[in-house]
Formats: sequence, C-alpha cells, structure tokens
Amino acid sequence: MLRQVTFRAAAAVPRAQTRLLLPSLYTTPLRFLHASSAQSAQNTNDYRANREKFPEDDLSTRYTEGAGPSALDKASQSLLLTELVRGMWVVLESFFRPPYTLMYPFEKGALSPRFRGEHALRRYPSGEERCIACKLCEAICPAQAITIEAEPREDGSRRTTRYDIDMTKCIYCGFCQEACPVDAIVEGPNYEYATETHEELLYNKEKLLANGDKWEVELARNLEADHLYR
Amino acid sequence: MASVARLLSQRSPSLLSRTAAAAAARPAHMSSSPLLARSRQQFAKFVSTEAAPVAGAAASHHHHINRDIYGATAPIGSTITEDVEIDDGVDVNARHFTVNFGPQHPAAHGVLRLILELEGEEILRCDPHVGLLHRGTEKLIEYKTYLQALPYFDRLDYCSMMVNEQAYSLAVEKLLNIEVPLRAKYIRTMFAEITRVMNHCMSVMSHIMDVGALTPFLWMFEEREKLIEFYERVSGARMHAAYVRPGGVSLDIPKGLLEDIHIWADQFGQRMDEAEELITGNRIWKGRTIDVGRVTAKEALDWGFSGVMLRGSGVNWDLRKVQPYDAYDLVDFDVPVGTKGDCYDRYLCRMEEMRQSLRIIHQCINDMPAGPVRVDDLKISPPRRAHMKENMEALIHHFKLYSEGYAVPAGETYTVVEAPKGEFGVHLVSDGSNRPYRCKIRAPGFAHLAGLDFMAKGHFIPDVVTMIGTMDIVFGEVDR
Repeated sequence: MLRQVTFRAAAAVPRAQTRLLLPSLYTTPLRFLHASSAQSAQNTNDYRANREKFPEDDLSTRYTEGAGPSALDKASQSLLLTELVRGMWVVLESFFRPPYTLMYPFEKGALSPRFRGEHALRRYPSGEERCIACKLCEAICPAQAITIEAEPREDGSRRTTRYDIDMTKCIYCGFCQEACPVDAIVEGPNYEYATETHEELLYNKEKLLANGDKWEVELARNLEADHLYR
Repeated sequence: MASVARLLSQRSPSLLSRTAAAAAARPAHMSSSPLLARSRQQFAKFVSTEAAPVAGAAASHHHHINRDIYGATAPIGSTITEDVEIDDGVDVNARHFTVNFGPQHPAAHGVLRLILELEGEEILRCDPHVGLLHRGTEKLIEYKTYLQALPYFDRLDYCSMMVNEQAYSLAVEKLLNIEVPLRAKYIRTMFAEITRVMNHCMSVMSHIMDVGALTPFLWMFEEREKLIEFYERVSGARMHAAYVRPGGVSLDIPKGLLEDIHIWADQFGQRMDEAEELITGNRIWKGRTIDVGRVTAKEALDWGFSGVMLRGSGVNWDLRKVQPYDAYDLVDFDVPVGTKGDCYDRYLCRMEEMRQSLRIIHQCINDMPAGPVRVDDLKISPPRRAHMKENMEALIHHFKLYSEGYAVPAGETYTVVEAPKGEFGVHLVSDGSNRPYRCKIRAPGFAHLAGLDFMAKGHFIPDVVTMIGTMDIVFGEVDR
C-alpha cells in the first residue's frame, strides 16, 4: 500500500502569511522582553528553601540586578496584562487556522514504504509459498515471538509445517524481514488488526499466508519502492 | 505517658481545640523542635480564628495521625517520642502528614511513586520509589546478540529513541574499533537533533501542561507528529525505530526526506516563537517556575546531574562539545547555559536548545555528503539484499550475521552521548563472544530523580509537579 508519501507540513501555508497582526507589533520578541527571571517584578517566589540556601540572594538584589526594563515599563506590562494579551492573540490566530487533526477512521496519515506493521507470509506468483524454513527470522527475533517447525514435503522441497508469530510478543523491530533471504516474511502496511482476545493475536501459518494474499499488491509495491535502499 | 496523652486527644474534638488554644498561647521557643512549634502555631491559628468547621477538620487530621500508633510514617529523628507537657496536661503529638504521590498521578510522568512528607503543604521529605517499570533490560541484553540488543534501547527513554540507539551503537563501534562512514555520521547527528527537538517538544510542553497550560502542548505535539513522521519514513516505525545500528544506520534516508526536513526546519522556529509568545513571558508560568527547584552548580555536580539540569545551574558542560561524537565536531552550535538554576532557567535552556538543534539540522542537511551509510565490513554489517541474493559469499555472511551475529573483541567501554535528558551512557563489557558480557546503562533521569528530595525540600506540593516536569523524567530509562 504505497500511498502517496507527501509531507503535510510541506503543503501547509507558511505561518507568516497567516499572521493577522501588524508585523511591527512583533518586532520585540517576548522571549527577550520577558525572559529574565532577575528583572521580573511580579514574580519573585519567596521560598523558605531558597531563603536558607541562597541567603545572599535577597529581594533587593533581585530587583536591582542588571539593567532591566524601567519600573514604568514593568508596571505597565503588569497592569495592562501585555504578555497575557499577546499570548491570547496568538491563540486567537491559531483558532482561525485550518486544523491539523485527521479524522482518523475516515482519514489516515501517509505511510512510507518502510512502514513496519502487521506481518504477512508472501507467496511466489505461482502460488508457491516463499518461506523455506531457514529459521533466520526465528533466530534473529529479539522477542522470540516466532516459532517454526519444518520437515520435507512430499515433493522433497523444504517447507514449514508450522509458522507461528505471537503478535503480542512481537516488538515490530523488522529484523525478521531483514533476515529473510527470500522476502517471505514481511511487515506490511496494515496497522488495524486489534482484536478482543489474546488468542486472536497468536498468528499461525494460515493467518500469515492469508495476510500475504490479502496485502500482496501493497507489499510488492513497497518492496519495489524501497529496493534500491535495502 | 504518651499513650495516655494519645487516649486523651482521641477522646473529643473539644479537648483538641483547647489543646490547640493552649499551644497557641505557648511561646514557640519553649518547644525543642522548631518544626513542631511551627505546625502547632498553624494548627492553633486555624482553630482559634474559625471555630466550627476547621476544628472538625483539624480533629480528623489529628485522629488520622494518632492512628499510626507504631510511628510507621514518622521520620527518623522526628518528634514522635517527645512528650510535650502543656498546662492542661494534654499531649499535642503532631506528626507529619505522609502522602502518596502516584504511581497513578497524571503529573507523575508514568509510574513514579513519591512518598511526600508534609507539614501543611510544605514538603519536608520526598522519597521517590522507582522500579515499577523495571523490565530487566540490562540482564536481557546479556542474552542477546549485539544486533538483537539494539531494540531494547529504543524502549529505554522512549521519548528520545534514536539517541539511545546512538549511544549503544557508539559503544559497540568502540569495542569493534570501527569508524562509520561520514554520511552515516551526518544522518545520525541529524536524527539525534530531530530526536532532541522531539524530546523537548514532549518534555517542556508536558511540563507546561502539568503546570496548567494545555494549548502549547497541543501545538508542539503537532510538530512532534511531523518528526515522528520523519522517523517513520526513515526507519519504518514511528517511535521504536531500530534505525541507528552498530556500523552506521540500517538504511539510507529515502529520496525527498531531506527536503521535507528542511521545510519543516524552516517553519519550526516560527512555531516555537508562537509557543514562546504564549509561555515565556506569561506571569503564571513565571510565577510557577521562577525560584522553584533551584539547584546550585555544586549540588548539580554532587548529585551527578547532567544535561539541562546541569547547564541550567550555570555549568557549561555538553558532551557534544566536550567530547564530540559522530559529526558534532563538524557542525557549529552554541550551548545555552542558565544562571540561576531554577525551573525557569531550565525551561529557557531547553527552548534555546531546540533552536540550536535547528541550526545543527540545517547544517547537516546542507553538508550531508554522498556515500555509504554502513561500514564496509561484511563481518559486521549485513550485505545489500540484491548482493545477498546473487552472491554466495554475501549470502553466507548474511546468514552468519542474522543467526550468530558478530563477535566483538574482548574489552570494556563506557560510552556516553548527550541525550536530550543528559548524559546517557552505555557501559559495555565484552568477553569476545557474540553477546555482551555486561551492559550497564547510565540513565540521566535516575540521577535527577535522586535529587528530587533536596530540590523539593521547603517547597509546596504543586512545586513537586513542576520539578518532576523540569527534570524530564521518563521511566523507561529510570527503571530500565
């Protein structure tokens, strides 16, 4: 499922254009205006802990330290609620912006070809299953979520008799699909497979092969899209 | 004597109020403990000024205290055994109120349990209990190959995934004595900084949310979501990337990603301006953070603080500058340092760090060289898939690497990175086999949490929330 991978922020309107306020009012960034604990008149928390630990740092030194804004500036900022009004203005601006929210069940975010979701066992175009029971995925799996049993089939080819993945153990690291030499086990683009019981998440070979059949188009497309990097 | 006094005090609230009145009449200096005198004064003040309702509340309070007849909640060396004789012969054996903060408290950032010992609302002792998220990561790693151990690091500090991976990968690379290609270094550096922005988006804004402002949290989560999208595009997972590997990175960055990161980085500064417009000057925010949780430089060093907790106190110590790893010696950035060591300074440091991260990201995008992203050694990094399918030798290497893994020469290293939270270190001991003999993880949050007691002393309960926020604690790494 290679959906078109576009970055939505890229399409968004630059923020500067959405500014409703005159730029001149923004010329003094608040972080320079206010970002000093030493010069703030209204905020001097007088904690017992600090009084004991920093006895030299009394209120008088806090007020006079450095060349801060004048008393008139501070008083007017304090009384006119400058910073609060400016903050609320930014909030008001964002109120009129298009929301970033996705209406999830109806809208979904883009997924990259590398997305590691639900597992699937793939088949060759002939319908023959790819997995040759080399057990590399079982060996590499850090969570030991994969169990494989194998024996030769009637035609002499080596295939699995059992391929179980405990999806509740799996940590979706993608090592199994990296390890697989024949691209049999892959992590597909599906992430909507929540169940009501634990047992339903203990996938067996039939379930995994069924997943592979169901998602083969997307899986093949994702592998194709990413094959130059792998 | 004490038991008689307890019986008396349990008998009736009216007796209590008399006691309190007597306590108020009694001068403070007669008591041996200043804290006890202080609480008694407060107690008496309540009872004497507002008679009926508060007297009832005080009685229940007192009753609760006396129920603890074994003194289980009393601090060592407190006034528990002290009998205070008052005129009417009634003992006021007021003990400190002990309260559980968490593990289900929303401001506890996960599963922190604090035992707070209070006098009124003032904190006398703060005892963090950790381990509720302990998963035995370090022990589990001993039973995994070096590659299999990697995903555990995503899950340590689950707010800054790739930086943890980077620390581990650097440690393994040091033991292997290999140097990763330059492009891999730049990719790692860029994603480490993206991770830093991601982490600070999360930590600073949830800190702000704990203190009472929800709006900037949601704004910055929008930005974080974009960064998670970058994670997903580069690694395939939104959070637990398993992308940075010993020997480089797992895959090259896909085409077009750098452009999108560039577009994001261009607009992010403005988004930060908006958030700062709302927060930095805000008098409520300043009132809640300035002078709260002050840490002197000496205390920060004594308690093993690192990262912003150290720099906020004025210590200019950044591992990216002091002992540069990956491409940090090739990029230009500044390290913000606080002056006062309070929560507000640390907030400012984090905001400035995000802007500096943007600088680094821009430089990485512009200077990113072409070339391989994995070390050119088939004994360590797996071959390309196309190669593996055609070449027998590559296939053998592939099988060896994904089953047995690679052996790391015997040795020992303590490798650190400047994680967003501080010094994240991996102490790796190899016995020459394909599994680590020992992997000790040094989590910055653990040291910070240990300092909560001295930081919170003398503050009030809401300030504890502020301090937990400013320490930027994630329990994945604290409990490991």
